[in-house]
Amino acid sequence: MTPAQSEFIKALQTLLPVNFLLTDEESLRPYECDGLSAYKQLPLVVALPGNQEEIISIIKLCQKFKIPVTTRGAGTGLSGGALPLENGLLLNLARLNKILDINPDDRTARVQPGVRNLAISEAVSGHGLYYAPDPSSQIACSIGGNVAENAGGVHSLKYGLTVHNILKLEIITAEGELLTIGSQALDSPGYDLLALMTGSEGLLGIITEITVKLLPKPELTQVLLVVFDDVINAGKAVSEIISAGIIPAGLELMDTLAIKAAEDFIHAGYPVDATAILLCEIDGNIPEVGDHTKKIHELCLQCGATEVRIAADEKEQKKLWAGRKAAFPAVGRLAPDYYCMDGTIPRRCLPEVLKRISEMAEEYDLPVANVFHAGDGNLHPLILYDANVTGQLEKTEQFGGRILELCVEVGGAITGEHGVGIEKIDQMCVQFQSLELSQFHAIKDACDEQGLLNPGKAVPTLHRCAELGAMHVHDGKLPHPELERF
Amino acid sequence: MILIAAGTKDITSKLANQVKQAYANGAVLNIRGSATKSFLANSDHDKNTAELITTREHQGIVNYEPGELVLTARSGTRLNDIQKILASKNQMLAFEPPAYGEQATLGGTIACALSGPRRPYTGSARDYVLGVHMINGRGEVMGFGGQVMKNVAGYDVSRLMTGAMGTLGLLLDISLKVLPAPETEKTLVQDLSPTDARKCMIKLARQYLPISAMSYTDRFLNIRLSGTQATVAASAEKIDGEFIHKHETFWHDIREQQHPFFKSDKALWRLSIPAASDWVDIETKLDGDCLIDWGGALVWLTSNETPEKVFAYAKTLGGHARLFRQGNSRSDSRIQPFSPGLLSWHKKIKHAFDPKGILNPGLMHKDV
Ligand SMILES: Cc1cc2nc3c(=O)[nH]c(=O)nc-3n(C[C@H](O)[C@H](O)[C@H](O)COP(=O)(O)OP(=O)(O)OC[C@H]3O[C@@H](n4cnc5c(N)ncnc54)[C@H](O)[C@@H]3O)c2cc1C
Repeated sequence: MTPAQSEFIKALQTLLPVNFLLTDEESLRPYECDGLSAYKQLPLVVALPGNQEEIISIIKLCQKFKIPVTTRGAGTGLSGGALPLENGLLLNLARLNKILDINPDDRTARVQPGVRNLAISEAVSGHGLYYAPDPSSQIACSIGGNVAENAGGVHSLKYGLTVHNILKLEIITAEGELLTIGSQALDSPGYDLLALMTGSEGLLGIITEITVKLLPKPELTQVLLVVFDDVINAGKAVSEIISAGIIPAGLELMDTLAIKAAEDFIHAGYPVDATAILLCEIDGNIPEVGDHTKKIHELCLQCGATEVRIAADEKEQKKLWAGRKAAFPAVGRLAPDYYCMDGTIPRRCLPEVLKRISEMAEEYDLPVANVFHAGDGNLHPLILYDANVTGQLEKTEQFGGRILELCVEVGGAITGEHGVGIEKIDQMCVQFQSLELSQFHAIKDACDEQGLLNPGKAVPTLHRCAELGAMHVHDGKLPHPELERF
Repeated sequence: MILIAAGTKDITSKLANQVKQAYANGAVLNIRGSATKSFLANSDHDKNTAELITTREHQGIVNYEPGELVLTARSGTRLNDIQKILASKNQMLAFEPPAYGEQATLGGTIACALSGPRRPYTGSARDYVLGVHMINGRGEVMGFGGQVMKNVAGYDVSRLMTGAMGTLGLLLDISLKVLPAPETEKTLVQDLSPTDARKCMIKLARQYLPISAMSYTDRFLNIRLSGTQATVAASAEKIDGEFIHKHETFWHDIREQQHPFFKSDKALWRLSIPAASDWVDIETKLDGDCLIDWGGALVWLTSNETPEKVFAYAKTLGGHARLFRQGNSRSDSRIQPFSPGLLSWHKKIKHAFDPKGILNPGLMHKDV
């Protein structure tokens, strides 16, 4: 520790009680990574503030000592966004876990950032309401982290992402100022800073309070399991359903390996010999759900489905979903490690993309299971590997990188919901040109002049891209040609 | 299937050159589509000294894939043309944008981020923006977001551009999520006092019903239902009221401000407030007449009250006000004042996109 760092810690101790400041290695250890455990780093110090005032004083102190800050919600992020910085402070918001206010008539709730996603729906359930975005990690992830990542879930197809379901934020800026963004109303004057903050991965401000929108629970929900012996047909069924004017609440696709893994783990009753299954949830008013179920059933058969199962009751619906919700851990049992990718593609490219992923899987000799938010084109290929075998992690990362580049090539994006963090920082150079990256840096500089909030994440420096450009020459075109090579 | 309309024209390089020139000379630019929404401009915006840059010719639907629910069009494309092609595939822009004129362009629609009666139920203009190409204040052509539903790579510049009124950049093309049009729509009307209308709207909004608009004026509460035939019929059973004829015209007139309510010499204020706000005594608190839209979350008020008074009232309800159309006496303060912190962020963000302040300066807010 440098003398300046010791001085900084001393000053911190005057701001927070000793049990809410962690500095010894053993207490820092649990914070060394988020859900992406391939990257590990101990921070200088972990602070657990209990209110906004404490956060403000901590941030002002960080400004004074030029100590970078990484905010952490529940640490379930899958892109290393909450990975600590070596010389930085990790701001853990777990203690800010109160639901401050529920307003059933306005259909809103005001909550602190550390509140778990599912806890919101549980708290408002008695009013017949719920909070729609439901990431698979919803029992653990924090709403602050959801805003910072613009998290989605299986119901995002119909009900939108985090950005569509929040009204107002309180943030603490890099200068330690409290700012209210958005309003209790449906819009607010000036720039849409609510959208800018959503998905900003802790780089533009610290989110300390969130007003979420709540929705009335649907009258009826129905779940269909549709079996295919050909992935192309499954993809076609997805397009047909949507072209027929139906927006299901959820539309998820799983491939053979994912089906098998989920079935072995959860016994959801999935057909293990199927090439692909679609899980389709329809919700709404009773007559509409009936009409749509019938229509989807017909369309799927027309598209070559070999079987359509309609859940008989709520218990069976839960069982069918359980397999999907446990897909990641289930696949995780197949190998010592797995790497979860998060690219998005135009839906029509699904067959081509799945084919090319399986070709790459052969090339790299690493199995891949595919779990897919099919309705909105969000792929989650899970690459199975063993980190203890020398070179496998590197090989896996290279494979993953190529999957993301494939997504960009077909007109999609390198991340649909998990964020860039540290993980996809190099693929940002594929997704964007220098001009856009410079514009991102200009935004960052505008909000955080000293660059203290989560530096090094989400947006690569142009130099990093230039260096990388030397390795990834695509179609003979050098990306970022205007930059000096070194 | 990919539909691409004929008769398209791409003038990106011409537009970029004009911005580059202006950046070099420090000339101020006034971005214009078809000027159907120029009445929203802050009066501080000096049109006389600004050089006009127009997107009208930058036209064409670049890509429309009904099965993907995505449409991309150049900013000068007429909103009308977009709605026609969508309707031919039974799809729609779910934010029901007001056009305020036949010639309205997509660029102006997104730059102003206006949404119609359907907004509380299906979302706003920015909710449907997936990506944009744009020119910033340096004349640089850039693309953000894309044509996929989910994309969290980089900051959400596409949505930041929505509603920025051209002060951060000139929109070149916009990719929008589109939705299937409902199978049928019907409107029920009830005769209710303001107090009862407010209660009714709150009660209905807390249930899962296929409501796509609720508006109250002149003692009449109008409730539009959208969905499958069976759902609309079953839901109508649960709600009091009579079906109205020609309901399309009614909602068109509300959306386009052609309803008789909007014929007034007084200033037209737009108050965006929390859904369950108590607006019942508004006509006595602020001297004027009002029409309620968005199930209670939007108040249109015709009044000659001072801006300060209207802003203060909106603030007490937890919302904000905007002087939407000037009346006989003009005013320079048209949007709810920002807190000092917010104003400073607006200036910094403006500077990040438009360092010389040449794009529509002062048009949205006098200091931005
Ligand atoms: C099994 C599993 C399943 C998952 N499924 C999904 C899914 O279906 N959909 C989905 O979208 N994601 C999913 N995720 C990813 C993850 O849960 C989400 O990204 C979630 O939003 C992260 O929340 P968190 O509280 O854990 O944030 P963290 O991991 O703690 O932080 C994530 C990022 O947000 C920043 N941050 C956190 N809180 C704040 C704050 N208050 N202010 C400013 N910045 C902040 C951090 O600095 C970091 O950059 C899954 C993860 C796992 C492990």
